[in-house]
Amino acid sequence: MADTATAQRTVKFIITRQERPDTAPYTEEFDIPYRPNMNVISALMEIQRNPVKSDGTRTTPVVWESNCLEEVCGACSMVINGKPRQACSALIDKLEQPIRIAPMTTFPVVRDLVINRERMFQALKRVKAWIPIDGTYDLGPGPRMAETKRQWAYELSKCMTCGVCLEACPNVNDRSSFIGPAAISQVRLFNAHPTGEMNAHERLEALMTDGGIEGCGNSQNCVRSCPKGIPLTTSIAAINKDTTKHMFKKWLSL
Amino acid sequence: MSGNSYYSRKLHSLLGVIPLGLFFIEHALTNYSAFEGGKEKFLDSVHGLHDLPLIFFLEMFIIWLPILFHGVYGLYLAFTSNLNVGRFNYGRNWAFALQRITGVITFIFVIWHVWQTRIQVALGNTTYDELGEHMHSIVTQPGYFTLYFIAVLAAVFHFSNGLWAFLVSWGITIGPRAQRVSSRICMGIFVIVSVLFLLSLFAFRGDEFASASAAIGTLQLG
Repeated sequence: MADTATAQRTVKFIITRQERPDTAPYTEEFDIPYRPNMNVISALMEIQRNPVKSDGTRTTPVVWESNCLEEVCGACSMVINGKPRQACSALIDKLEQPIRIAPMTTFPVVRDLVINRERMFQALKRVKAWIPIDGTYDLGPGPRMAETKRQWAYELSKCMTCGVCLEACPNVNDRSSFIGPAAISQVRLFNAHPTGEMNAHERLEALMTDGGIEGCGNSQNCVRSCPKGIPLTTSIAAINKDTTKHMFKKWLSL
Repeated sequence: MSGNSYYSRKLHSLLGVIPLGLFFIEHALTNYSAFEGGKEKFLDSVHGLHDLPLIFFLEMFIIWLPILFHGVYGLYLAFTSNLNVGRFNYGRNWAFALQRITGVITFIFVIWHVWQTRIQVALGNTTYDELGEHMHSIVTQPGYFTLYFIAVLAAVFHFSNGLWAFLVSWGITIGPRAQRVSSRICMGIFVIVSVLFLLSLFAFRGDEFASASAAIGTLQLG
């Protein structure tokens, strides 16, 4: 065992853990046997199989969430070497060691690396990020969307509610009620849709209340951090324009 | 305003540019007249301003009340922000952090500066005619000069970067290119207004304002 350990390359991990939502976080170090093309998820799976720390003592397996393993579901977001990103697309060969892993503490920590992103889904409900098509009779086909518009709207639809933009935003914290960049960009997406547009004012008004779009302080960390390359700051500025116009229209009762 | 932070935040953003930004530019130009035309020109500028009709109401609605709201609400906004430039070392994030830091510096400086100048005039300890000499006696002290130097740069940064953020927050500059161009323009404004203020600071250190001050001092003694 000792012979193979010295012969084999290992990868050092420093993981921030937390037993329960109300307990204090602590760190544990792990040396994981290196395999080619590893990512952070496969390293966490190795810890799950053999939960032994660097000092040789056993511990509980590190808990994390993951799903698609191809950076489209957003479940495995965590802070890797200081930056929030998806663990599945974080390749060990491209990371500086020791690799430091921590939960995205902007969200409530459930256990270890598992966080509760419920506020993001609540935000989508709050801004009505859907197209209302239900009726008591067949409403018929809706208006068509121009192909050029569909193409840029598709970029906005790539949002996977992963929470990275909220983690990067200095204005999303427990002292502010800012809704965060993701939901604002979704308002732009659904307001761009020919049918969704019919309820545009409802989504704008949802953003013109406490904790709405005014919480943005233009640090622009979100657009630098978004794993899907969504133009979040352009969405925010576009919705700034729409809410401003809507505010004046309401005042002038137009 | 009716408990909705959307409107208070919009008002905060608006007041920062109109009227406070306009007053700030006016202040820079008035001070600069001390550099351009010396004591006489500066006195003309000061008198020109204070001869405006309804000056008390102009000061109250264009300066005092907007500064009070913008400053107090701004302190609250700064308190609700995290500074994370350590983790996200990006230019715009630095501007975000500096906007809050310079805002706090400017707020403290403005209170102190108003106490040292406008309130001293109101208390009768100095007059508008002696304002140049009054400034001379302040900025010739190295400690005060350093404070003014730093505070002026902080205030100008807060104004220029605030102008950039105003254009975003009101939906005027939307795309990345528009925001890049406006950030270059705002940095240009930062340099120009900083030079105006700093040149006037150096002008107030000049002998022109000193000799008169001494003369007034002896006059008063006599």
